[in-house]
Amino acid sequence: MLHQPPAGLATVGEASVFALKAAREIFTPPFEIRETVRQLYELGVRSAPLIAVSGLAVGVVLSMHTRASLEKFGAESLIPSGLAMALVRETGPLTAALLLSGRIGAGIGAEIGAMRVTEQIDALEASAVDAFRYLVVTRVIACVIALPLLTTLMNFSGMLGGFLAETAATGMSLRLYFTRAFSIIELTDYVPATLKTMVFGFIIATISSYLGFTTRSGTEGVGRASTRAVVLSSMLIIISNVILVRLIFFIFPEAAG
Amino acid sequence: MTAVAAARAPMTDPVDTDVAVRLDGVTKAFGSTRVLDDVSFEVTAGSGFVILGRSGTGKSVTLRHMIGLVRPDAGRVFVEGEEVSALAGAELSQVRRRTGFLFQNAALFDSISVGENVAFPMRRHTRLKESEITARAREKLASVGLPDEFDKMPGDLSGGMRKRAGLARALALDPPTLLVDEPSAGLDPITADEIDELLLDLKRRGGVTLIVVTHNIPSARRLGDHLLMLHEGRIAAQGTAAEMDASDNPLVRAFMTSQHAG
Repeated sequence: MLHQPPAGLATVGEASVFALKAAREIFTPPFEIRETVRQLYELGVRSAPLIAVSGLAVGVVLSMHTRASLEKFGAESLIPSGLAMALVRETGPLTAALLLSGRIGAGIGAEIGAMRVTEQIDALEASAVDAFRYLVVTRVIACVIALPLLTTLMNFSGMLGGFLAETAATGMSLRLYFTRAFSIIELTDYVPATLKTMVFGFIIATISSYLGFTTRSGTEGVGRASTRAVVLSSMLIIISNVILVRLIFFIFPEAAG
Repeated sequence: MTAVAAARAPMTDPVDTDVAVRLDGVTKAFGSTRVLDDVSFEVTAGSGFVILGRSGTGKSVTLRHMIGLVRPDAGRVFVEGEEVSALAGAELSQVRRRTGFLFQNAALFDSISVGENVAFPMRRHTRLKESEITARAREKLASVGLPDEFDKMPGDLSGGMRKRAGLARALALDPPTLLVDEPSAGLDPITADEIDELLLDLKRRGGVTLIVVTHNIPSARRLGDHLLMLHEGRIAAQGTAAEMDASDNPLVRAFMTSQHAG
């Protein structure tokens, strides 16, 4: 049929409208403060152990790789700052966002999907509660706030992992390690790269909520919504990262240096 | 909202105030399937109104129209004189607060306790103190026979208990109209009878208008002052149980003589 767009295109359109609505309603009252705080705890605080442990492991591995490369040039003293730069600029934000798209994306997709198929979303509406505002906007706000904070946690635990690897190899002190690590990091390395994860948070929350909200066909549909939430949000994070990095280099040319 | 709908202000029902709910030429299709086809009826305030029909004949969709969960493609829906089908935002919310809805599987919010489920509408829509909300939620739970379940999680309740808790939540704001979707679905006959008793009591003593969707004939006979049967999106027959029994429509007769309860 010519007058009807293909199903895939219609979904993209619908999801975009959904995301725009969420973006608009973040700033318009009434604010569901109590539920937003609950979501910040559920999605943010409870993700902290995952991020801290993963960050530590990533830091150890990155440090081992950096050492192997820099040793060849006798530049071991650059290990802390090289690792810090890699973490803060790209590895931290992207790894944190991808890990969280798994934990948070799957969680939101499954929870809202289950609420849809068990009529809990209708029950919210029947209780004269705006389900979109109550379920979606609260999660979007929570994710947009949580992602930069968790990214910062990832950066620090990554550096701590790097320190552990380094002190095991050379016995370097914590003070010296962190002095070296922070020696070349500028605010323009940290701030734009960390703030871009707010976009990642927005992507995870809106995509997963959209898939949950539009879940059909029972428990099978819930599983599908959960899987698709992870796949689509991680894919969109990686793609949008290209654009965001380009944008950061354009606005802060020194960040490219 | 479409241009046509935006141009037309919500109407108030011209019919008298004894009518709790009125559907006026409601037509609804999902995709190419027409679920309701020009359906019109009135529900008298304080009465028991039962919508019967086979599965997939648009019974639940009819109920959902009454609180604006579904919008008609054509026609109008009035609740207590307000045109629900043209309302949105705060005005629709106002109607929803005055209309309780008991879902088929109770639809309890499973992330919060049973007591919190019942307290939820009060927390959202009243300025009652915390202690008063808790006391009222306990009272509502006790009135449906769940005096000790306040702190339990919905997942820990049996089907019948969930339905009772759902009823307590639907009644949290003391609505004058209660919509009930398949009260006996998934319940054993004794529990189903107990739920029916609770509903009847609400109507008799509380003057609540009951609108019940079911395909359980014994339950329909007990709850319904007026029965309406939907078939393929249209009204096949309506009247009192006695009038329906006397119908010469073979489908209505087959339905009314069915012994199947559930």
